[in-house]
Amino acid sequence: MATLEINVSRVTERAVSEAPWLRRLLVGIALVFLLAFLLVPLFLVFREAFSQGARVYLAALSNPDARHAIKLTLTAAAVAVPLNVIFGLAAAWAISKFRFRGKQVMITLIDLPFAVSPVIAGLIYVLLFGSRGWLGPWLENNGLHIIYAVPGIVLATVFVTFPFVARELIPVMQEQGVTHEEAALTLGAGGWQTFWRVTLPSVKWGLLYGVILCNARAMGEFGAVSVVSGHIRGKTNTLPLHVEILYNEYEFAAAFACASLLALLAVATLIAKSALEYKHQRDRERSLRAAARQEEP
Amino acid sequence: MNWKTWLAAATLGLALGQTALADREILNVSYDPTRELYEAFNKKFTEHWKQETGETITVRQSHGGAGKQTRAIIDGLEADVATLALAYDIDAISEKTGIIPGDWQTRLPHNSAPYTSTIVFLVREGNPKNLKDWDDLLKPGVEVITPNPKTSGGARWNYLAAWAYAEKKYGSEEKARQFVGKLYKQVPVLDSGARGATTTFVKRGIGDVLLAWENEALLSINKLGRGDFEIVVPSISILAEPPVTVLDKNAEKHGTTDIAKAYLDYLYSPVGQELAGKNYYRPVDPEYASKYAGTFPEVNLVTVNEAFGGWQNAQRTHFNDGGVFDQIYKPE
Repeated sequence: MATLEINVSRVTERAVSEAPWLRRLLVGIALVFLLAFLLVPLFLVFREAFSQGARVYLAALSNPDARHAIKLTLTAAAVAVPLNVIFGLAAAWAISKFRFRGKQVMITLIDLPFAVSPVIAGLIYVLLFGSRGWLGPWLENNGLHIIYAVPGIVLATVFVTFPFVARELIPVMQEQGVTHEEAALTLGAGGWQTFWRVTLPSVKWGLLYGVILCNARAMGEFGAVSVVSGHIRGKTNTLPLHVEILYNEYEFAAAFACASLLALLAVATLIAKSALEYKHQRDRERSLRAAARQEEP
Repeated sequence: MNWKTWLAAATLGLALGQTALADREILNVSYDPTRELYEAFNKKFTEHWKQETGETITVRQSHGGAGKQTRAIIDGLEADVATLALAYDIDAISEKTGIIPGDWQTRLPHNSAPYTSTIVFLVREGNPKNLKDWDDLLKPGVEVITPNPKTSGGARWNYLAAWAYAEKKYGSEEKARQFVGKLYKQVPVLDSGARGATTTFVKRGIGDVLLAWENEALLSINKLGRGDFEIVVPSISILAEPPVTVLDKNAEKHGTTDIAKAYLDYLYSPVGQELAGKNYYRPVDPEYASKYAGTFPEVNLVTVNEAFGGWQNAQRTHFNDGGVFDQIYKPE
């Protein structure tokens, strides 16, 4: 017993007892890296945005084209995120709770948008819906516009954000196994009831986390959207595309003013993510403590 | 549970729709450096239209490398008018889609070009590398900035200007080919559009000389840094005619043919010519050409028709897949 304790303490000690200078060096390198590649650029975005004063900054954001770009970006995210929530839940549920043929193929397919360059994602839609594409002539005859119109932008956004929710949920659901659902079913709950009252509450944090990441990407997407947008200002220009346009028109302060909105979105995403993680942690500790208390007497 | 509220809020976003616009509008798909010109011109034209007809209209703009914009129109970007960098791109639209007749270029005066321009050098202040003519660009250590001729119209004019110079000076096509091949070895980056190349040179500080549209070079000097850059006029350059056209079938479909036609005619009017001159394009109307003569240096200009037998020929020989540009440009 005594020897074992000594062993344990030595092991734990060694785990944290790299030479202090080495520890400091490693932490220092990480900090410098963060500072140089994340914080300084972020600071520069805001400095450049306000370089001609707050009035120019506000004017840049209240310009009709900018307002339209903001609205379009929100619209695309507002469609893409709920769609991906529904799809992600369904896919993760099927993959983690059931056994079926072709499961591995399905997981691979879900990952496809991560593997494909966004530009290719955009071009796929041009090939499919463009006026010389597969469905183009039919769409044109029926007066439907997909490419170079809002639906194309939404489609491209949905495509690139496809995996975010599913990818967050699959490990969480797999970790939890199927015992809770089996218990619910044996107690007489229906499939739908089991999903709403057992499965969904237990993955809510993972789901929210997925939604936040999905939303951030949906609003920030550039490549795929650029290909299908046609860059018509006041019509098919999203916020990231608007930043590029302003930059190309030598409106540097305005470009960075719009970029600062995207930067703020990133900061808000990080804060929301940390808050969620904190809350999730507290939730877990509380339920563990409650479980321990129940066992004690 | 607040996560349900979140979900509900996200779903509510679905309800956000596009507000329908009652006003008629036309879309002008243009190339990269015309942004400032058309921003000013569209304002004047909508005022003019309102005065003439009492109707409020909107003119929408889209800008990008000329090749890319052409591609978008062919793939279904429903522009009512195209104001592109060179005639071949509009020929391609006509050939591939049939939305305009093959003889589109004869429909408006001056080969359908309401303004012209040329290619000049933009160098850093004091011309530190002493670049005076095309030959100097081949000096060792000189970095040349020019966009990609595959996607940019301006880049094709740059290429042809260099070729025309070399062919004239050294007397053979083979020599011209060697000259242009060497020139592209000095190019560190090929941006996709003229404006991208300008920002690379002006804002990012890369390169010793920018091969630029004259209008783009003058704009950079006047807007971005008077005294930071200088224009050098080579001994020979090319007459660039950026053409405009109504895209008939698109305009008919939108019921905007009348606006689209009036829009292009207005480019030839005193107001349009004045704005062209102000935005550093050479007006075609002799009266405004002489008014703005002071802005533009005298250049010995060759035309695509003289030197290359027209744009169809130039495109086929030089820029199509497997053409001369593909043979001489091999990035290391």
